[in-house]
Amino acid sequence: MSVQADIVERVAFDVEAVRRDFPILAREVHGKPLVFFDSAASAQKPRQVLEAERRIYEHEYANVHRGIHYLSQICTDRMETAREKVRAFLNAASAREIVFTRNTTESINLVAASWGRHFLKEGDEVVISEMEHHSNIIPWQFLRDEKGILLRVAPVGDDGEFLLNEFAEMLNERTRLVAITHMSNVLGTVVPVRDVVRMAHQAGAKVLLDGAQAVTHIPVDVRDLDCDFYAFSGHKLYGPSGIGVLYAKEALLDAMPPYMGGGEMIRSVTFEAAEWADLPYKFEAGTPAIAQAVGLGAAIDYVTGLGLHAIGAHESDLLAYANQRLASIDGLKLIGTAPGKASVLSFTMSCAHPHDIGTLVDRAGIAIRVGHHCAQPLMDRLGVAATARASFGLYNTRAEIDVLTEALEGVREFFG
Amino acid sequence: MFEELRDLYQEVILDHGKSPRNFRAIEGARYHAHGHNPMCGDQLEVFVATDDGGHITDASFVGKGCAISVASASLMTELLRGKTIDEARRMFDGFHEMCTTGSDNPLAGLLEEDADRLQVLSGVREFPMRVKCATLAWHTMNAATKGIDEVSTDDGLGAG
Repeated sequence: MSVQADIVERVAFDVEAVRRDFPILAREVHGKPLVFFDSAASAQKPRQVLEAERRIYEHEYANVHRGIHYLSQICTDRMETAREKVRAFLNAASAREIVFTRNTTESINLVAASWGRHFLKEGDEVVISEMEHHSNIIPWQFLRDEKGILLRVAPVGDDGEFLLNEFAEMLNERTRLVAITHMSNVLGTVVPVRDVVRMAHQAGAKVLLDGAQAVTHIPVDVRDLDCDFYAFSGHKLYGPSGIGVLYAKEALLDAMPPYMGGGEMIRSVTFEAAEWADLPYKFEAGTPAIAQAVGLGAAIDYVTGLGLHAIGAHESDLLAYANQRLASIDGLKLIGTAPGKASVLSFTMSCAHPHDIGTLVDRAGIAIRVGHHCAQPLMDRLGVAATARASFGLYNTRAEIDVLTEALEGVREFFG
Repeated sequence: MFEELRDLYQEVILDHGKSPRNFRAIEGARYHAHGHNPMCGDQLEVFVATDDGGHITDASFVGKGCAISVASASLMTELLRGKTIDEARRMFDGFHEMCTTGSDNPLAGLLEEDADRLQVLSGVREFPMRVKCATLAWHTMNAATKGIDEVSTDDGLGAG
């Protein structure tokens, strides 16, 4: 991006106007204005999302895909419109490739339980990385224990960078799947997924990308990436909790057996057998999260309306500013400094344990996450039991980073 | 800044958190267990040595934790010395009650000087997310005396 275009986008991104869209940001915590730096765990919701859900429940609600009455048809339309928005958001070829799930975790479990159980056999290899969230480790361990597959772990460097050469060396003719995060929830590292996909495909392996963190910061084009599976959650994308997405190439979904059995996922049933419904309903047994899906559609409208490039530029500015401010604090160590990382900032302080840091800054109205961030193997690799993590979203400001910096100086004095 | 947190982080806690007492392993200890708080990843090991009469001659711990869990472990090892295992368990019960309930005098059954020293940790009651930090070492000690070598604050054992 040229310098001029960068300036135009930054001017165009009016963070104060954005903040007015998020009612919760007006509240206080312990008598202090809320500073919400925990969006990587779950983001706050703009009025547009709240209104979309409210409109459904107040005016349009009924079950989908099975009523011929008026409300059921409206709700079905709303939900399918949301699916189309997800398709466009990911630039998938068809809405048949968009499966609604509860969250990223369920999306990954779906792939492991359906594709993995059906297509993997003893001795096959699945490659993950050291910086995976537990949700992209445990489903493969289940499969390892059940099928005897081999789980291989691609290393990260000391700065949290993804080591592409070491990853390449793990690929061989037995590699069937590479299941890897698009962006680390602890380190902020953005994985060079285009290279990962290319190398994995050369080795004949499929690729699943865990996009839980990435979709809020980086424009994702699944056809350009050529990934086979892409998973993300609504609640980190400023949408409702309880709704997630699995994108998969249509040919793969066609070949995969259903994940759960029940209503909506069948075409016909007798007590002897059943015929599966078309894609994507084959994978959507039971009444789905209707209002949440519609809310996710509204969240996608919201972020695409602001522009993911503009959001990314705003957050990069915050990250650079936070790096500079926090570096001035004695004894503070940043964990994860890979080039090109996105706006997740993990750190430790020599004077205080992350839990103590969390308790103190909470009193200043600041919400940060402390602990192992559901990535214990990564914590082991980094040699820390826990970190404190400030994560930045589209509504955060430099002034809030000043508040955090001041609070962390206070932590140092308190425990100093 | 943070003056209102002095109730939670009293000077004694900051002192023990920074310079824990009995922070070492005991070779051949009669009782020994690992404690783990999965919520934050904190881990510690508690060692208790006894004489032939069943009195605790030495208690110690090693591990990683926040100021509150380290201070609590440190204070505990100091208070255990000279007690019987039964007295140690009673102290666990009283301490656990103090941290997890609003009961008026949870430490009533203990020696007054012991109760006074444990009182400094009573502030955690107001911080439900931190109760497990304060009780981790105590659960670990209690488990050790029952011959259980591993305890997690997520187990039924460690509730609170």
